[in-house]
Amino acid sequence: MITSKFQILVLAKQVPDTRNVEKDAMKEDGTINRAALPTIFNPDDLKALEMALEVKDRIQGARVTVVTMGPARAADIIRESLYRGADDGIVISDRKFAGSDTLATSYALATALKKFDNIKLVFSGRQAIDGDTAQVGPQTAEKLNMPQITYCETLEEVTEDSIVVKRRLDNGCETVKSHFPLLLTVHGNAADCRPRNAVRVISNKKVCSLSEAKERNLDINSLPDNIRTKIQEWTADDINADPSRLGFAGSPTKVKNIENVVLSKKENITLTDNENDIDILMKELIKSHIIG
Amino acid sequence: MNFYQDNEKLRFYLTHPLMEKIVGLKEQGYREAGQDSLAPIDFEDAIDNYDKVLEIVGELAGEVLEANAESVDHEGPHIIDNAIVYAEGTQKNHEAMTKAGLYGMSLPRKYKGLNFPYVPYVMAAEIVSRADAGFANIWGLQDCAETIYEFGSDELKDKYLPRISEGATCSMDLTEPDAGSDLQSVRLKATYNEQDGRWYLNGVKRFITNGDADIKLVLARSEEGSTDGRGLSYFLYDRTSKAVTIRRIENKLGIKGSPTAELVFTNAPAELVGERKLGLIKYVMSLMNGARLGVGAQSVGLAEAAYREALDYAKQREQFGKAIICFPQVYEMLSNMRAKIDGTRSLLYETTRFVDLSKIYNAISKERTLTAEERADMKTAQRNADMLTPMLKLFSSEYANQVAYDCIQIHGGSGFMKEYKCERLYRDARILSIYEGTSQLQVVAAIRFVGNGSYLKRMEEYDNMPLDDELKPMLEDIRAIKEQYVKLTSIMTAPSYPAELFDFNARNAVETAGYIIMSYLLLQDTNRCRCFKTSCENMITMAKAEVAKRLTLVETIGEDKINNYKM
Repeated sequence: MITSKFQILVLAKQVPDTRNVEKDAMKEDGTINRAALPTIFNPDDLKALEMALEVKDRIQGARVTVVTMGPARAADIIRESLYRGADDGIVISDRKFAGSDTLATSYALATALKKFDNIKLVFSGRQAIDGDTAQVGPQTAEKLNMPQITYCETLEEVTEDSIVVKRRLDNGCETVKSHFPLLLTVHGNAADCRPRNAVRVISNKKVCSLSEAKERNLDINSLPDNIRTKIQEWTADDINADPSRLGFAGSPTKVKNIENVVLSKKENITLTDNENDIDILMKELIKSHIIG
Repeated sequence: MNFYQDNEKLRFYLTHPLMEKIVGLKEQGYREAGQDSLAPIDFEDAIDNYDKVLEIVGELAGEVLEANAESVDHEGPHIIDNAIVYAEGTQKNHEAMTKAGLYGMSLPRKYKGLNFPYVPYVMAAEIVSRADAGFANIWGLQDCAETIYEFGSDELKDKYLPRISEGATCSMDLTEPDAGSDLQSVRLKATYNEQDGRWYLNGVKRFITNGDADIKLVLARSEEGSTDGRGLSYFLYDRTSKAVTIRRIENKLGIKGSPTAELVFTNAPAELVGERKLGLIKYVMSLMNGARLGVGAQSVGLAEAAYREALDYAKQREQFGKAIICFPQVYEMLSNMRAKIDGTRSLLYETTRFVDLSKIYNAISKERTLTAEERADMKTAQRNADMLTPMLKLFSSEYANQVAYDCIQIHGGSGFMKEYKCERLYRDARILSIYEGTSQLQVVAAIRFVGNGSYLKRMEEYDNMPLDDELKPMLEDIRAIKEQYVKLTSIMTAPSYPAELFDFNARNAVETAGYIIMSYLLLQDTNRCRCFKTSCENMITMAKAEVAKRLTLVETIGEDKINNYKM
């Protein structure tokens, strides 16, 4: 792995596309039917990638490496990142990771990140659309003993040794400055990621990981450097992880039951244009501070 | 929304059988494979590149351009401190297209281009136009790079082409207050200064699309005392020289996001493109053909947008207890809209393939001598491109107007309201049959191919192409219509036929040829994919009726009747 003096990491996740859920999205036992849902780049993570690339645009020699944990096909996430401006990526993949909750995931990620000795910034999306926990970013920062700024919306300023960002909070926004190293989670309101770039797509479309090369019966060593080295795969052994802290063993979260909740209208009131109904509506609007 | 992926007909033309030859020639036998990471290793790899890049175009068109189109139409560009500032949405569009590396698509890789043939590039133009026909002008003026590449010196190419690939905008400055369709009357003066060895431009240009572009190609009178086209040369003006005043931006009916400006050149330093005196007679003619192809793509894209709007509305809108699409008069309109779009799209990519071949051979001929066979091939491609380009411009722009008109009609009263997109499409469509040569001028350009038998020869070539047996009855139908064309041309090309009457009936002749060629093309498409069969049959039906009408007109309006029309 080539690292730069200004190393930026982006934590990204491949998730099922829950935005366009069809009837077969859930199995009978209430778990997600992954086969029926196309996978996508977690939307908040794409915004995190954009903020990382904005830093790279401003700091000469900065390098953006995308880290994803998941099955081998998560290499798609790395390629997508290369198309948009990242330099390279790592797929952390091992059967031992299966069943990881946020604690085990952040342990694995933190352990992997320790292999870099010169991290300046780590970006991640605020949360993933499949779990919606918003825990992995902050937990990873804690384990790395790194300060963190959550809910980042705009990159205001960045220099060789400090960064200023605007955070989006429930009751307003906050501008925060920090030195490095630092982990930031990026809010869904942040700028959309830049588009794929034609030249980057053409030159990176054949980039593949070791297991993808095997699957396509390619001899990885015969491939040119620019195709062979941009996606690395790290196993549990590669990151020297403690097996008892991975996967099911390392996950205290126990799922008791998953319910398929169908939202139904409960408190709907039909109002007509008579005086009484309009009065009810006005009182309701004033009560909820929409008017008045 | 992805405007590439949701339209399977585009990929159909990307994989036309002739593409293997076009791509092979364009990549010169894939000789750069392995040396340049952007060079395709074989045909499949190249098509995969085009496919992936068009996917980006489709995504940006469907997500970004489409979303900005309405606000761009309302806001339009402004002049601030003698500079044109685009509407906010236009700026965002341009920024997104630049970041995505979608400028310089057809330029060679050494100028930071993608070295794509014209087929995928024109397809991108169609996709962009479907989202915003006005923005398609700003983006599509990267075509100017093609003129610099074909005719400019190496120095000029090295200096400007990479800038265009990186998103520098272009304009072609031809029209003047007294020189519109008649460009021979251009007066803007170019003077050579012996002392510093530079050219300087002085004068006025009007109706200049994207008038404040970074790089301008300007037609100017370099030969003092001359009065016709042979005294005109072509110049490149760099905006950083700051010697052009923007007098005004026109307030237009449509394509409001695309700034149209009146400009005053005052001692504006400029560089000569190519050779002196060839400005109009060679370079502008070449540029103009490219621009007409661009309007063809723009027209098909806009018509596609209007058709989809109309179709969606007709499915949703219920009257008399059912969706209005169920009523014969409504579905008739929709089916004819689709046949018109399918017919002109087929003509668009047929024309583009010939443009590709002739351009590619031309580029190769600068490196090595072409073989006799290649030279003949290039000549045929060039002739086919020349004869199909005005026909494409004529039909696609007129059809775009008709389709946009019917789109409003299907929307009924709602379509007349500003809330619906179709009124913008209708306004945007109106310029298509006017700029880059009016429909009338396309007829003037096309009529010689009626006279010299080129269209008939082309029809016969389509007639001899292999065809599945089940489609032969359709071929017979087209043959019967073709006989009507033979009859029509025999009247008009008789030695005794008066010249004025010939001009009078020219449009009837050119349009007759057009209906038949589009029918043949759709039949060939149907042979490859049955998804075109309905449109093909509907086009043949339309052709039958339209050709009969035109033949009647030509047969009826003779020397005596033409006087009735004179004003």
